[in-house]
Amino acid sequence: MRDVAIVSFAQLPSVRVSETTDEAELVQPVTSEAMRQVGITQDDIGFTCSGSSDYVRGLAFSFVAAVDGLKAWPPIRESHVEMDGAFALYECWVRLLHGDIDTALVFSFGKSSLAPVPEMLNVQNDPYYVQPLGLDSISAAALQAQVMIDSGQATERDFAEVAARSRKHAVDNPNAQVKGDFSVDEILEEPTISSPLRKSFCSPISDSAAAVVLAAGDRAKELTKRPAWIRGIDHRTEPHSLGQRSLAESPSTKLAGEKAGVGKGKVDIAELHAPFAHQEIILRNALGLGDDVTVNPSGGALAANSLMTAGLLRFGEAASRIMSGDADRAVAHATNGVCLQHNLVAVLEGE
Amino acid sequence: MSDILSAPYVFEYTYTRSTGPVVGRFLESLRYGVLEGVKTADGRVLCPPLEYDESGDATLDDFVQLRPAGTVQSWTWVSEPLASHPLDRPFAFALIQIDGADNAMLHVVDAGDAKRMKTGMRVRLRWRDDREGNIRDIACFEPVLPYLPSPVHIEYDVKPGKHYTAYLRGLEEGKFIGGRDPESGKVYVPPRAADPVTGNPTSEYVEVTDVGVLTTFAIIRIPFEGQKLKPPYCFGAIVLDGADMPIYHLISGVPYDQIRMGMRVKAKWKPKDEWETSLENILYFEPTGEPDEPFENYKEHL
Repeated sequence: MRDVAIVSFAQLPSVRVSETTDEAELVQPVTSEAMRQVGITQDDIGFTCSGSSDYVRGLAFSFVAAVDGLKAWPPIRESHVEMDGAFALYECWVRLLHGDIDTALVFSFGKSSLAPVPEMLNVQNDPYYVQPLGLDSISAAALQAQVMIDSGQATERDFAEVAARSRKHAVDNPNAQVKGDFSVDEILEEPTISSPLRKSFCSPISDSAAAVVLAAGDRAKELTKRPAWIRGIDHRTEPHSLGQRSLAESPSTKLAGEKAGVGKGKVDIAELHAPFAHQEIILRNALGLGDDVTVNPSGGALAANSLMTAGLLRFGEAASRIMSGDADRAVAHATNGVCLQHNLVAVLEGE
Repeated sequence: MSDILSAPYVFEYTYTRSTGPVVGRFLESLRYGVLEGVKTADGRVLCPPLEYDESGDATLDDFVQLRPAGTVQSWTWVSEPLASHPLDRPFAFALIQIDGADNAMLHVVDAGDAKRMKTGMRVRLRWRDDREGNIRDIACFEPVLPYLPSPVHIEYDVKPGKHYTAYLRGLEEGKFIGGRDPESGKVYVPPRAADPVTGNPTSEYVEVTDVGVLTTFAIIRIPFEGQKLKPPYCFGAIVLDGADMPIYHLISGVPYDQIRMGMRVKAKWKPKDEWETSLENILYFEPTGEPDEPFENYKEHL
């Protein structure tokens, strides 16, 4: 199997409302910056794949318009997933294994500020049994959090500690949106939105975009001094129906983590895509990450959650710590769907 | 940024969906107020039914009718419902395992208060009146309480008898009437048919005053079913001057920590135009301010 690495990463700072950006405006700055970092242009890219969701923008085929943010003439090889950009990265990784091309460009954009996000995400639910009941994303996650409490796996204080730590880590991240010193006791005083979830247990609504360049084998070494090699990557999915899943565990993350080889060596940092505080605990348990692993040094999705971009940001944040030499071995994770239905896990290493 | 335009925007798809033989049958049964599950190849029952189970095996064309009740597996309390939610008052989303099913159904519980929600609680299905063959034909679930209302209601005609009639007639006029045994000289208020010590009829009616001594009392601080007054309040035994048996009434007009045995008290009557044939013509007894009665003088009445 070919060795594939992340060789560059660019993002727009996550903000609550980005007023001036349509698709092309969001995409162009990050794709051009990611390519500029390694001294290439779209003409040098073998395959391009993006991740986004039309419902976020409220516009059918919005990903088609996003191509205008690239240089698509002469025509390019391009694909799209109606998912987080991390899953587009996975498609690029698979495409690079074909062996006929050496570089791929991944990008994603999420202009979440236009939609009533918790209600809008009901469109991902079963249209026969659940959508007519208006299950918003916060209530769905709350059902999962309550299972954790009932089964004794975590307390509300544990959730508050995850939230406070994430926002504290985010202080050092210039691209994060919600950051600072939050007191655990004060978080526990917040009213519940859908019990047991309080505002600080939920991610913010953010506008952002991100891009990553992947390169295979020697091409990766030509493009950058210290590539973040993808040593293992695996995507697993669980049944859709909430009534048929073990909500307080994540069997798909556990299996993906095993296939990606998380446990084969010491993990320095992990970037876990947990849009709700309790989900970080589920993911950490599923991946077997101990207290010695720094989880979400960027602040994670609780500090910035551009829909369909927050997962790719986890891969970019993990890779940049490898490329900078701050970490030797990192875990990157992305999720999609209701209550962690889809999970993608990768192990990234330096030399 | 004032030059950036903004406008409301609604996005809709007017799609219809085919329901198929499994989901379609379930939804059509709801229209008739029937809740069904489907059997899986390995003998389980799914409600709501699915075409395939999580192993990927097709479910069987074998439906079973289920009791419209179940057990809450997880729940979340929504204190401020959104426009898209099925109920316009605070409610719970819940995963409910229908009796006889092996999976859970997402629905809402109309519990009124988050305090009534608990994982493991029993809920029953409430049907909507105008059903259309969709999941909202189930209006909601509601808590099943392990209690059966069991009220008793019997209408009697009370006849207080000769002596009690005399007592009540006295109260109508603002007087306390007692009955005296001529032999022992004891006066009982209210009057009774006989002196329990001598067995003689209490043949004479006498009027006693509305002033007496508080022999003993209790301060009620505990709420209970059917309570008419708001705690705390004081209830006392009063031996009226000239009587040999206490009556019982409220003690008020004095801080509770100053109420004591032997205290002299007087009836506080309602305004005369409100009098009825009842001891309720007296609001309560209040201190007269006289010196306390020595214990020796009333100990035989305790």
